[in-house]
Amino acid sequence: MSSTASTQTGQNAQRLTLVEAIQDGLYTEMAQDDNVVVLGEDVGKNGGVFRATDQLYEEFGEDRVIDTPLAEAGIIGASIGLAQTGMKPVPEMQFMGFMYPAFDQIVSHAARLRSRSQGQYSVPMVIRAPYGGGIRAPEHHSESKEAFFVHEPGLKVVSPSTPYDAKGLLAASIHDPDPVIFLEPKLIYRAFREDVPTKPYEVSLSEAAVRREGTDISVYTWGAMTRPALIAAENLSQSHGIDAEIIDLRTLSPLDIETITDSFKKTGRAAIVHEAPKTGGLGAEIATTIQEEALVHQEAPIKRIAGFDAPMPLHSLEDYYLPQAVRIQDGIRETVDF
Amino acid sequence: MNMKNEAGNTDLPAPVRQDSDLVQVLDAEGNVLPQASVPPLSDRQLLELYETIKLARHFDQRAISFQRQGRLATYAPMTGQEGSQVATSLALAEQDWLFPTYREHAAKYAHGMELESLFEPLRGYREGYAIPEDVNVMPEYIPIATQVPQAMGMAWGHKLQGKTDTAVLCHLGDGATSEGDFHEGLNFAGVFDVPAVFVCNNNQWAISVPREQQTASETIAEKAQAYGIDGVRVDGLDPLAVYKVASEALEKARNPDPGERRPTLIESVQYRFGAHTTADDPSVYRDESEEEAWRDRDPVDRIEKYLYNEGILDSALESEIQDRIEQEVSEAIETAEQTETSPDNIVEHVYDEVPARLEEQRDELNRLREKYDDGAFSEVLE
Repeated sequence: MSSTASTQTGQNAQRLTLVEAIQDGLYTEMAQDDNVVVLGEDVGKNGGVFRATDQLYEEFGEDRVIDTPLAEAGIIGASIGLAQTGMKPVPEMQFMGFMYPAFDQIVSHAARLRSRSQGQYSVPMVIRAPYGGGIRAPEHHSESKEAFFVHEPGLKVVSPSTPYDAKGLLAASIHDPDPVIFLEPKLIYRAFREDVPTKPYEVSLSEAAVRREGTDISVYTWGAMTRPALIAAENLSQSHGIDAEIIDLRTLSPLDIETITDSFKKTGRAAIVHEAPKTGGLGAEIATTIQEEALVHQEAPIKRIAGFDAPMPLHSLEDYYLPQAVRIQDGIRETVDF
Repeated sequence: MNMKNEAGNTDLPAPVRQDSDLVQVLDAEGNVLPQASVPPLSDRQLLELYETIKLARHFDQRAISFQRQGRLATYAPMTGQEGSQVATSLALAEQDWLFPTYREHAAKYAHGMELESLFEPLRGYREGYAIPEDVNVMPEYIPIATQVPQAMGMAWGHKLQGKTDTAVLCHLGDGATSEGDFHEGLNFAGVFDVPAVFVCNNNQWAISVPREQQTASETIAEKAQAYGIDGVRVDGLDPLAVYKVASEALEKARNPDPGERRPTLIESVQYRFGAHTTADDPSVYRDESEEEAWRDRDPVDRIEKYLYNEGILDSALESEIQDRIEQEVSEAIETAEQTETSPDNIVEHVYDEVPARLEEQRDELNRLREKYDDGAFSEVLE
């Protein structure tokens, strides 16, 4: 587990939001390595629709922060080609719900060029995309489709839940020799600040983080759902004396099976919280993995607290769709009381 | 000041290409150009065109102001583009179909949708997407250019069923011309020769990316050549010119002359006077003086001036129309603000019948709502 931001103090750190930490992470990597280029729709002059690439165009110029035509398949296909020349493209998909035109390029090529060429060619690239609901966005702007990409061998899938991790995971992703889908929880882009070191650092792509230690139940989550899970845990600690352990997976593929199962062996009970629809979601993979690795420790059915098996509703109903603290608390109690 | 070129056209602001093929009827002041042919519209039709454009402008202003008050979520303004939207829709016959994007509020209204249903999705209610049976409008398209092959397919279906009296009109933006779906859709349209008209609302900006960075083509209309179909370029701030071009394209879609292909790509040359959406700040990426040059060609002013010149409109009628549209928009807002929904709606209409597993999920939600009350669900997640 990496050190947490609270250990970083003084002039060597800045108080940043998650989106600012991503901007800072891109800046840091681009300053260190001329081969790192950012490309996508509105990432240049406009600094990105969420300002994740703010000031990069001014700092690094139009050949390294590139406003492309509006074409996701073009952006990703071109990035695969750029990567063959020794460059490290960091393409942005403006919203996860707009990634689908690029799906063929991602799954048929970015994910497979290494195996297709028997290791001769590879695609070191980081595809950034804001994902998830809760910001009153229009239709198609609130999707959580991480399972599509977790299902694809050859891709790594990462989702930070804190500013410190955002910068460190982004650095590790850019340094990684394989393609990484970097999913940014836009609900918490500006939710809080924490100390983020100015110096370069990595957060490992193979370690989940224990955000809260507990003994009664293991709650597995990631991204924007980490916070309501922590709130639920604090509430239940005070109201019912339930001591929940909260595991932030951080890297969704490959999963840190050791941290997942070690926690379960301690608690014997598990809940998984994700925004994505329940059926075929990553929760199913985690639950099955726990059963494969630690069945004898299981004391209750594994609970999934997830989005509905329905399209994300428009914003008047999104609070009911997303796993709120109230749903998480209820699910934890059901599992602990079993 | 607007310069007239050899064809009698008035020049569009730089950097838009000037060419004699640009169809115009009105000059920037609303006077009929010397060599222009005015579409044969009755006084009643001209007033309908005018009133609908005025209503669209008012709708836009109210929607932007409501968004700022937090009464609407993200809204895509259409000021500057409403003249083209209304003119293309009024050129449609009732049986024709409209494929709008998220910015074609006025086009939808002018082809039969109720105003309140336009406000409802902006307030977060999917109920506004329930289009009445007698209105031939598809729900707005948000993923860029995805409507193009679908519009082609609907037109194809009509043709295969011998219903070529029904045309399909499909809107798209200048950014959409970079997507694969645009090329695939137009290629199919040419190959299968379907009764469809594609209107590219070239408003010069795809969020922050200017038209000249979107494509190395000189014009968007010229892309039609690659698919063997006609491409027409029209002054999109000139409602009469747009009406003329759209009517002719729709007529050709239904009844082509021998040797003519049915589909047309219309490049409606416009300008996005406002932001991409209320979440966007254009001052970050474009110069405000650019907008001012286009403001001189405002479609509302041009059609208004034309109607005054023709003696069809006077100040008494203008204020009567203004009062009427203000009342209509206010009533629509009032109705939309009374819309209610239920969390049960989340599981409705996903399939023809709600699957058992989804019913369980709904029942579980309702059990929690009863146990903890609805307030517990609206706690801010942050």
